[in-house]
Amino acid sequence: MTLPTGSAATAPAGDCNAAALRRDHAFERLALFGLAVPALVLVIVTMAIPTAWLFWLSFVGDDGSVSLVNYQRMIEQPSYMRTFVATFQIAGLTTAICVLVGYPLAYFLSQLPERVANLCMIAVLLPFWTSLLVRTYAWLVLLQRTGLINTWGIKAGLWSEPLPLVHNQTGTLIGMVHVLLPFLVLPLYGAMRAIDRDLLRAASSLGATPSQAFAKVFLPLSVPGLTAGGMIVFILCLGFYVTPAVLGGGKVTMVSNRIADNIEVFFNWGAASALGVVLLVVTFALLWLAGRLARGVDLFGGGHG
Amino acid sequence: MSWLDRPASETQITHRNRLWLYALGILTLAFLVLPTLIVVPMSFSDSQYLEFPPRRWSLRWYEAYFASASWMDATATSLKAGILTALIATPLGTAAAYGFFHSRFWFGNLGFWLLMTPIIVPVILVGIAIFYAYVQLKLVNSLIGIVLAHAVLAIPIVLVIVTSALKSFDANQERAAQSLGASRARAFFLVVMPQIRFPLVTAAIFAFLTSFDEVVVAIFISGGPNSTLTRNMFASLRDQIDPTIAAISSIMIAATTVLILLTQLRGGGRQR
Repeated sequence: MTLPTGSAATAPAGDCNAAALRRDHAFERLALFGLAVPALVLVIVTMAIPTAWLFWLSFVGDDGSVSLVNYQRMIEQPSYMRTFVATFQIAGLTTAICVLVGYPLAYFLSQLPERVANLCMIAVLLPFWTSLLVRTYAWLVLLQRTGLINTWGIKAGLWSEPLPLVHNQTGTLIGMVHVLLPFLVLPLYGAMRAIDRDLLRAASSLGATPSQAFAKVFLPLSVPGLTAGGMIVFILCLGFYVTPAVLGGGKVTMVSNRIADNIEVFFNWGAASALGVVLLVVTFALLWLAGRLARGVDLFGGGHG
Repeated sequence: MSWLDRPASETQITHRNRLWLYALGILTLAFLVLPTLIVVPMSFSDSQYLEFPPRRWSLRWYEAYFASASWMDATATSLKAGILTALIATPLGTAAAYGFFHSRFWFGNLGFWLLMTPIIVPVILVGIAIFYAYVQLKLVNSLIGIVLAHAVLAIPIVLVIVTSALKSFDANQERAAQSLGASRARAFFLVVMPQIRFPLVTAAIFAFLTSFDEVVVAIFISGGPNSTLTRNMFASLRDQIDPTIAAISSIMIAATTVLILLTQLRGGGRQR
């Protein structure tokens, strides 16, 4: 007795051989891939093609000929060098501060009972939810000459003159650390939660003091998470625009600000494109490096995947 | 034995020896949360200098906001752009996620990462690239231009949320529907979609927020009657500290919190 097969219901009899099924299957897969086409077209038309065109523009000189003049200018003009130095300096300092502030925070969270830690996580994630501009504005209000920090500091007798906390590099750093700290804490916290507590128990049963157990066991095991978070923070720093523009008050010029100036003030697409190419190449090189260094670390999972 | 002298971890360190860590942790959490929240009470201050705590309370900055035609126009533009962005990015991103997930071509991965580039590339580059394209396409300062640009930035977020939803969805249910005679489309709309509706709502809300909060691209491509709220806020922040922005910020914080809570509550109720 033969039973009707499931495929006989959908395909005409006689066409039920393996080759036809494979053909059907391949066709269906292509049709499924077609579902992604509208999104791909949108991204290609509005982003990929213009970006490729900007790449090309960066190799075109002022007279329209192919040349490296835009890149040459970057090396020769000291103002461009200053921009690069400032960008890397701010990125380095922000990353360092984030590590110094974020490590104890992540450690603190990892030592709390999971339920309490999840509650505290809301505080870490809150900055993700609020608009970047709102947070930048808040710092502007708090840090200005007549702002809350200066008023309270003077009232408490900590300093007598209003400190220049904003419209300079200090303000930019404070704002950027505030924005980027969660990006360090999330992967670091995830890495710390994943550390096997029995290893610490073993260390202390073998006679290690709490600080020895931390330094010899916990710290080395948390380094991959720290590296991953630090790299992410550094990479994100390089592309910052809004925070230095507002909290730097025109005194802090990072690469992004320079690109915007080249377009808005000087209408120099070639110069802006060349800077953009450099920024992009550095960003992708660092991302690649971060990917190699952070293999196996969940960058955004926060340990709760 | 008091709580302070009990061991706090596997290394038998006491809570007392760890008080500095607790203090530091709480201080850092405060650093993350308070600066943003403090704007809310300050926005009700009567003073030009936004005192805290306000000596005299008033709604004058809220009145200034609602009475200003330019702020109202900008808010309307941002709301329209946000809603349209969600309406475009959610279906496009969902279709792409479903397509990549089930077609399983080697170049599907390539397509996935191509769609992710807008949030990987530094946003200033996205801004000038789109600006450059729009100059040729004559889309600068148009609502449709803003919506398309913001959709490009929102699609990666939809893609990530929906892909992770599809991964946790039991594909056998879909196969069962198909083996019972449903077409793929029918199976998707009748079986898959009802089950991933919460991630879909979350994706749409995040797409809206992506557009509504976006600053850098909007600085380049929005202007005139189609300036977005964030673009105008940015422009006025560069000149002077306008207390009206404290009122706008407070409203934005409240609105965002409500939207995010919506995604948390609805999503949370369904999880096992």
